[in-house]
Amino acid sequence: MKTTVVEPPVPSGAPVGLPAGDGRFSLLPKTSFDGRVETELLEVAMGPHHPSTHGVFRMDVVLDGETIVKLKPVFGYLHRNHEKIAENVSYLASIPYTDRLDYLCSMTNNWAYALSVEKLAGLEPPERAEYIRVIMAELTRLANHVCLIGFLAQDMGALGTPLMYGFREREKILDLFEALSGSRMMCNYMRFGGCRLDLPPGWVREARVVVDNFPKFLEEFDNLLSGNEILMARTQGVGVLTAELAVNAGITGPMLRASGVNYDIRKVDRYGIYDRFEFRVPLGDHGDVYDRYMIRLLEMWESLKILRQALDDIPEGPVMDPNAKIRNFKPKPGECYERIEGPKGELGFYLVSDGGANPYRYRVRPPSLVNLTVLEDMCLGHNVADAVAILGSVDIVLGEVDR
Amino acid sequence: MGNPVDQIFVILKHWLLSFCPEGYVPIASILLSVIPIMAVFGGLFALTTILERKGLGRIQNRYGPNRVGPCGLFQPIADGVKMLTKEDIVPRAADQVIHFLAPFALIGPVYIAYSVLPVGRNMAALDLDAGLLFFFAVGAGSELAIFMGGWSSRNKYSLLGAMRAVAQMISYEVPLILSSVPVIMLAGSLSPTAIVDAQGGHSHGLMQWHLFTPWGIAGFFLFMIAASAEANRTPFDIPEGESEIIAGYMVEYSGFKFALFFLGEYLGLFAICGLGITLFLGGWHSPFVFLEWIPSYFWFFGKLMAMIFVFIWLRGTLPRLRMDQLMGFGWKFMLPMTLLNILVAAIWHLSKTWLFPGVYLTRWALCLGILCAAYVWLGRSLAGNRSVGKRVYRFAD
Repeated sequence: MKTTVVEPPVPSGAPVGLPAGDGRFSLLPKTSFDGRVETELLEVAMGPHHPSTHGVFRMDVVLDGETIVKLKPVFGYLHRNHEKIAENVSYLASIPYTDRLDYLCSMTNNWAYALSVEKLAGLEPPERAEYIRVIMAELTRLANHVCLIGFLAQDMGALGTPLMYGFREREKILDLFEALSGSRMMCNYMRFGGCRLDLPPGWVREARVVVDNFPKFLEEFDNLLSGNEILMARTQGVGVLTAELAVNAGITGPMLRASGVNYDIRKVDRYGIYDRFEFRVPLGDHGDVYDRYMIRLLEMWESLKILRQALDDIPEGPVMDPNAKIRNFKPKPGECYERIEGPKGELGFYLVSDGGANPYRYRVRPPSLVNLTVLEDMCLGHNVADAVAILGSVDIVLGEVDR
Repeated sequence: MGNPVDQIFVILKHWLLSFCPEGYVPIASILLSVIPIMAVFGGLFALTTILERKGLGRIQNRYGPNRVGPCGLFQPIADGVKMLTKEDIVPRAADQVIHFLAPFALIGPVYIAYSVLPVGRNMAALDLDAGLLFFFAVGAGSELAIFMGGWSSRNKYSLLGAMRAVAQMISYEVPLILSSVPVIMLAGSLSPTAIVDAQGGHSHGLMQWHLFTPWGIAGFFLFMIAASAEANRTPFDIPEGESEIIAGYMVEYSGFKFALFFLGEYLGLFAICGLGITLFLGGWHSPFVFLEWIPSYFWFFGKLMAMIFVFIWLRGTLPRLRMDQLMGFGWKFMLPMTLLNILVAAIWHLSKTWLFPGVYLTRWALCLGILCAAYVWLGRSLAGNRSVGKRVYRFAD
C-alpha cells in the first residue's frame, strides 16, 4: 500500500504560530496559482489506545480536514496464538480457550466448537442438551446486543447512560450463567456430546423471570434511543454498506441482514434444534448504522420469542451423549467445518483430525474480523465522528479479531 | 437599603471598609468584591463536580462517588489533592510557554466576566453601563485560550479539538449575542443591573420576567442552546468529543493544568447560566411576591443550580451532534431564528399601544404564530431532502 506523506501540523523546527517556508509572517493562507487554498492531509493513528476502538485496534486514517480520505484497519495487537495452541492441546483443552475468543459471548463460541468436534466424532447430543444450548445461545445474543447498542450510543457521545442500562440487563443474564457454570463470562460450559452440567434446580424459573422482564427494558431502550432526533441524524445514511459489497466481502450476521440480505444460519443450516422454534429474521433496507442498530434491537425481540418457547418445552433427561468420551478422546481422521449464527455473525470452526488426541489443523472463522474488512468502504467520505460510530456498529471484539 | 438579611454582604463590606485607612479604600473595596466572587464560584465548581457525578450516577442507575466522607461529599477535595499531586507532563514537542499559559488564559477572562453579573440586590461587583458588551467581549477571550492549548500541545487530536472548538464557539457566539439583543432593546439598557430592574414588577399575578413574553421564551431557549454550545456541554461537546478525539484540546494536559481547564469550563458554564438568568429569568428577583422575604442571592443561586441540573440531565440523556450538523444548525437555524426574534420583540413592543378588547391575547398569538411558523419552516429546510425518521423493517420467516 502506498504510504501517504505524513505532515505534522507544524513542520518541526518552525516556531509554533508562524507558517513554515520563507519565514515571513502572513495572515493569509498559502494559495496555489488557481486561487484555491493549499491544504495538507493529516494522518492520524486512531488507536491502539483510543476510547472508541473497543480494545487494542488501530485505524490509520488520513484526513482532509475532518473528512476521511483513507482508512487502514490495523490489528494483531491481541494476537495470542489461539489456533496454534489449540493444535497442540487436546480437543477438550481448547474449550476454555474458545471462551476467550469473543469474550462477551463465550457460550456461542463453545457451541460452535462443540458442534464441529461432534461432527468429527459422530456424537449426538441428547435433547435436553440441545435445548440448553439454544437457551444459552439466545441469552448470549441478548447480552451481546445489549452491550453493542450501549457501546454504540457511548461512541456517539451518549455518556454511558444507555450503556449502563444495557449492562444492568446483561448482569442478570450473567448471573444466570454464573448459577449454571460457576463463571460469568468464561463459562466453559459446553462439551462434545452435550453440556458439562445439568441446569441447577430452579434455574428455568429464574431464567423465565429474566426473559419476562426483558421486554420492558427493550421498550425503554427503544424509547430512549430509536426515536432520538440526534441519534437518527447521526446514524441514518451513515456508513452505508450495499448488499452486493456485503455478500462479496463475506459479511455475515446482523450487518449483512441490515443490508437487506436474508441470511441467518439458524434458518439456513437449522443446526441444533432451531427448526423447532418459530422466529422471524428482521431485515434492513438501507444498510446504514441506524439499520444495524435497529436490526439488533429487533433481533432481541425474536431471541426472546425463541427463549420463551425453549424454556416452555425443555424436556427432562440426560445432558451428555453416553458415547462421549472425556478421556482419551480421539476422533477418526477427517475434516469438518461447522458454523453457527453467533451474535456477531457466522462463527465457524474448521478442524482436521489425523486420528490423534489433538486436532491436526484448527481454524476459526471469526465474524468480527471478516466484518471489519469493509470498514474503509463504509467510512470513506465521512467524518472522524462517523468513523467511530461505524466501527461501533460493526460490533467487533478484539479477542476474536486477533485470536 | 432594604431588608438587612438581603443586604448582609453589602453591609458587611461597608463595615469592613470603615476600618480601612483612607487611601486604601478603593483597593480594599476591589479585593472585597473579587475575593468572594472567586471563592464562591470556585466552591460552586467543587459542589457541581460532585453533583454532576452523583446526578449522572443516578441517571445511569449507579451510585456515583460515595467513598470519601459522608455520602462522598469530600470527593472534590480528594480530586483536588489528586490533581495537585499528579505529575505535570508537558510533551517535548510542545510549545512550552504557550502550553503553560493556556489554562491561565482561560481562567482569567472567565473570572473577569463575573464582575458584571448581579448575583443579588446591589451585588454586582462592577456596575458598567455596557456590562453586557463587556461580558461578551471578555467571554470571547476563552476561544483564544482553548486554541492556545490545542495548538501548542502539538498533538493531532488537540489540533482537531481546537479547530472544532474555535469553529463552534465563534459560530455560536453570533446567536448568543443576537438572542440577547431583544432584551437590550426592551430593557433599553446594556447594563445587567438595569436589565434585572426592568424585570422587577408583577402584573396579572405573574412576574414580569422576560421569559414570560413570546420573544422571551424563544430568546431564552435560543440563548440556552447557544450557551450550551459555548460552554461545550452535551449535545454540543464536540470539541472534547471524548469518544472521537479523546479530550480534544485538553489531551496533553495533566495534573493541575488539566484541573484549571476543567475549572474554566465549569466557570464558563456558570457565567453563561448567570447571564441567562439575568437576561430572561428575572435575575435575583423572586418568582412570587409572597416569597420576597427570601434574600435575593438565594434566588440567583437557586436558579443557577436549577439550570445546572438541566445541563446535567441533558448530559445524561443525549448523544453528541456531528460537526457539520452543529454548524448547519448554528447558521441555518439559530441565526435566522434569533434575527426573527428581534423582529418579534419589536412587534411586541410596538403593539403595546394597541387598544381593543383581547389585545393581550392577540399580541401573544401574533408573536408566537410568527415564531412557530419560522420554527417549522426552518426546521424543515434544515432537514432538506434528507429523510430522517423512524423506519419500518421487513421480517423474513
